[in-house]
Amino acid sequence: MTSGNEQKGTTPMTTTAIDVRGLRKSYGAKLVLDDVDLAVSAGTVTALLGPNGAGKTTTVHILSTLLRPDGGTAAVNGCDVVRDPDGVRAVIGLTGQFSAVDKLLTGEENLLLMARLRHLGAKRSKTRVAELLEQFDLVEAARKPLATYSGGMQRRLDLAMTLVATPSVIFLDEPTTGLDPRSRHTMWDIVRGLVADGTTVLLTTQNLAEADELADRIAVLDGGRIVAEGTPDELKRLVPGGHIRLRFADAAALDAASRVLDESARDDAGLALTVPSHGGVRALRTALDRLDAAALEVDDLSIHTPDLDDVFFALTGRLDAKGTES
Amino acid sequence: MTATTAQRPPAPGAARQSHVVADALTMLHRNLLHMVRYPGLSVFTIVGPVVLLLFFVFVFGGTLGAGLPGVDPAGGRAAYVEYVLPGILLLTIAGSAGGTATTVAMDMAEGITARFRTMAISRAAVLAGHVLGNTIQAIIAVALVLGVGLLIGFRPTAGPIEWIAAAGLIVLIAYAITWLGVAMGMQAKSVETASNWPLLLMFLPFLSSGFVPTESMPQGMQWFAQYQPFTPFIEAVRGLLLGTPLGGSVALAIGWCVVLAVGGYAWSMAIYERKSVR
Repeated sequence: MTSGNEQKGTTPMTTTAIDVRGLRKSYGAKLVLDDVDLAVSAGTVTALLGPNGAGKTTTVHILSTLLRPDGGTAAVNGCDVVRDPDGVRAVIGLTGQFSAVDKLLTGEENLLLMARLRHLGAKRSKTRVAELLEQFDLVEAARKPLATYSGGMQRRLDLAMTLVATPSVIFLDEPTTGLDPRSRHTMWDIVRGLVADGTTVLLTTQNLAEADELADRIAVLDGGRIVAEGTPDELKRLVPGGHIRLRFADAAALDAASRVLDESARDDAGLALTVPSHGGVRALRTALDRLDAAALEVDDLSIHTPDLDDVFFALTGRLDAKGTES
Repeated sequence: MTATTAQRPPAPGAARQSHVVADALTMLHRNLLHMVRYPGLSVFTIVGPVVLLLFFVFVFGGTLGAGLPGVDPAGGRAAYVEYVLPGILLLTIAGSAGGTATTVAMDMAEGITARFRTMAISRAAVLAGHVLGNTIQAIIAVALVLGVGLLIGFRPTAGPIEWIAAAGLIVLIAYAITWLGVAMGMQAKSVETASNWPLLLMFLPFLSSGFVPTESMPQGMQWFAQYQPFTPFIEAVRGLLLGTPLGGSVALAIGWCVVLAVGGYAWSMAIYERKSVR
């Protein structure tokens, strides 16, 4: 479960691509964003993590000029979203959780439409569209109507449309929600590729594992406020929930093991031991080495890594991260 | 027409303005593709009025024609073809607003419209694509109705100049009504209700001099018929094609077109801003 993100995102002195200060927004009496601050360095990935209704999509919509904030400021590449929306629009791309594709056209026509609206010129449009079809594995489906596309294909097309003009800042609003594991991994690879090319990405997700996998920094949004912000590791340190669960064949083995692993908690009914761990391989190996040394057989092993629920519990003291209705 | 920046200080890129026309044509291309790919709604808009024409001429025509002032009851149907055709042409245009509103409402419900808003495209261009596409469709429908009319005995007396003037006026009316249809489609809360408002437009040709002379109507209705836009529209088209007295109807019709087009444009633009976020 190492994220491989340690070496990234710590480069000092980068320019700020997204700068949000004191952002507020309410719908009628309902306060959706309450004094949100956020800074994203150019060329990095920041994940906005939070449950439904936390204000993730609202933040993204304000940053992509779809909504006007009630207060505070938001700037993308130095352009203010309210005062210079066209400046923002020229550099951004948004792929939302609802697919923003033209369902009455084919995949190729959708991409060509974007190329024309970005004024690439006939020749460059053609090459760019061919390039994207290739890159997103849509060549075979290019001339087929979107009705025949799977969810994953539509999402890939959606993102490809966002990338026609190679925007420098990309917003991905829950890019993998509703995708099967394979499509999810494809999407992750695409995001990694974008960042490798120097694109700044702000992605929203409900899934800590996804944020962990992709992001240099994570901002946890709850009830319209940023309740925590940091690298994935910093954030995970806030969460005590990770542990390894080891099950044994009989009570004697359990007794012996519990003596070997003195920091563990016993579950006599389940013949199991729970060893605290932060998901690292080392903790697991240490535990197993010590059991090996004592010649103890482990019947079954499971690893529990902290998920969004655990993060939420640690940060807000509430058990349920999924429903925010209080 | 810097409508993009109506409530905001101007964007720094003044060069962007030059893209409005190109973007509008791109959007037109998209809407025409939709019509060709999914012709159901278009066919209904185009064929519906032809059916109505045949209906009015062959079912009601004999009786209604016989009641027209100064018409020999024996030649009622032939006289009624002449009388009713301009009304049916305008009914065709009014009816196309329903299709326009439906396509616009469908489009607004699509995520693609929100995507357009995150791109540096003029708002006017997005709407203009709808307006141009649907105007073209309305004109095709009008041409078809006119063709069928000629087949069943409509005999215009117009010379080349009158034909050109009539064609120009019809294009202008179609353009104005389509802007209104776009606004109504944007206003609609759902695709299902999108054609409710335009349905009211469909009644206007009936409450005008299109199907029976206004003199035959009760007082209040007569007053309404005289002052609503479809009466000058129909009178002007009828006068140009058949040589009936024009009076001031052409100027009045053009005036109404300007009012409706500007009104529909302003209405659409105002809703566009707040409507396209899901």
